[in-house]
Amino acid sequence: MEKRVTFNGWLLPLCLIFPQILISAVFFFYPAGQAIWQSLFIPDPFGLSTQFVGLDNFEYLLSDKFYRASFVTTAIFSSLVTIVSMVPALFLAVLADRLIKGAGTYRTLLIWPYAVAPAIAGVLWLFMFNTRVGVVSWYLGQLGYDWNHVLNETEAMGLVVVSSAWGRISYNFLFFYAALQAVPRSVIEAAAIDGARFWRRFFTIVLPLLSPTTFFLLVVNIVYAFFETFGVIHTITSGGPQQATTILVYKVFKDGFVGQDLGSSAAQSVILLVVVGTLTVLQFKFVEKKVHY
Amino acid sequence: MSDARDTAVIKNDPLPGMVEKKGSSLWLTHVLMLIGIFFVFFPIWLAFVASTVTQEAIVTPPMPLLPGDHFLENYKRALFSGVNVPVSTMLLNSLVMAMGIAIGKIIISLLSAFAIVYFRFPGKSLFFWMIFITLMLPVEVRIVPTYEVVAGFGLLNSYSGLIFPLIASATATFLFRQFFMTIPDELAEAARVDGARPMRFFMDIVVPMSRTNIAALFVILFIYGWNQYLWPLLITTEPDMNTIVMGIKQMFPSGDDTADWPVIMATSILAMIPPVIVVVSMQKLFVSGLVDSEK
Repeated sequence: MEKRVTFNGWLLPLCLIFPQILISAVFFFYPAGQAIWQSLFIPDPFGLSTQFVGLDNFEYLLSDKFYRASFVTTAIFSSLVTIVSMVPALFLAVLADRLIKGAGTYRTLLIWPYAVAPAIAGVLWLFMFNTRVGVVSWYLGQLGYDWNHVLNETEAMGLVVVSSAWGRISYNFLFFYAALQAVPRSVIEAAAIDGARFWRRFFTIVLPLLSPTTFFLLVVNIVYAFFETFGVIHTITSGGPQQATTILVYKVFKDGFVGQDLGSSAAQSVILLVVVGTLTVLQFKFVEKKVHY
Repeated sequence: MSDARDTAVIKNDPLPGMVEKKGSSLWLTHVLMLIGIFFVFFPIWLAFVASTVTQEAIVTPPMPLLPGDHFLENYKRALFSGVNVPVSTMLLNSLVMAMGIAIGKIIISLLSAFAIVYFRFPGKSLFFWMIFITLMLPVEVRIVPTYEVVAGFGLLNSYSGLIFPLIASATATFLFRQFFMTIPDELAEAARVDGARPMRFFMDIVVPMSRTNIAALFVILFIYGWNQYLWPLLITTEPDMNTIVMGIKQMFPSGDDTADWPVIMATSILAMIPPVIVVVSMQKLFVSGLVDSEK
């Protein structure tokens, strides 16, 4: 991690690195420390004093059925988002990879949704499925299906999953496409000479060669579903109906800012820190070793 | 790490080989592709259509699927009067925030990566790990305490409050560090022999050589900044400071009133135009930057 040739002096490099360290300290380490600290206290009902309670906040959280339900919701939500965003992306990338003409144009069109913010994506999908004016819900009604994600928990979950996965299709497409382009042509042609048809080549050669990319995208998409879908949930369902779409990050926000339950919110932040830390380490492990067959 | 870069630039042999399909199967591929693009694109198309018709056309379903002729009227209404605040104000706020985050991050990351790669100094590995750990702390997991810090500085409803907490990130620092490692040692040696000061070397050699990486990062960071939602939602309580991405939700009426759909949809379109322009126009850079920086 170091150059053979370095410059002398220690004051200059300290000055150079200072801005980043300062901002990290003020906006990362201090707040994270605060979260850990606050998670050990509960404020009295008037907010005048706080009382040290040790790990009670955590104990209470882990026995709270709403919090546990939120864990389950998050697990279901992020698995679905990952699948719904990766499978179509791989399919489109395979199609694009087979085309020589037009692939560039298709790629340009497919990149668009990546630039659309999750919150905006939420508004777009809400508009299509709105119970009063939505086009898709209207046509579903004509077919005899009464769509109402405001009341139906499964439909609400389906809608936030699809809205969250939508923009990620572009992102995953780019990675799969780049990886497919890098698959050595000679290997594919050798298999073709041996008489392997397209789908057989795909499952026995191409897919295994894509595994590093696939694992990387798996982790990245799970991280995305955990932490960056707040905008989608907030615009479409606000965590409802009941608690059906309250994922962990949404619950931190709801308990901390709406419910003003700072001890519990801080404890939730600490649990999330552990989750995101684990995922980051996992991501680096995969990136470093990669997965090879 | 370097093979990630290769994957982005290696192109297939353009000569048609034996595994390429021809005839009907090729057409099938095109058709499937177009169907896929149709599904991916439909939400955007529908938003565009809704932004060009009247409220009556929308509230009496089904709404039309082809654009109407109220384009100018709706966009004018959105831009100059909006619902709570003119959309042009929100666009400006978003622009300041996104540019501030992108430029600020690039500058502090260039400086710290330069210090880490080209110097030996006390505490270096400690600092390196401090930066590394920030990778693990997205704003979403530390919202309440970070909010308190920003409120304590009196930065609520200010550009500084929007920008600074999001400006420190390890990703950019690592990308630059990785790139600086590939700069030949001879250049630094020559600079030293010529008696050039480190900052001279930085400005004259390192920064110009990094311009492709800087541009690619700019695209990614601009979109990151533009698309922020939770943070602006918390710290901009005055409509005048709303960014466009978070402001749209505020345009929906509370209770049972019908939303002003044409204006809201026009705002959605306006909110996606800047990042889409940035992404599409800098596509090549952006794709290689993305595949590079995240792998």
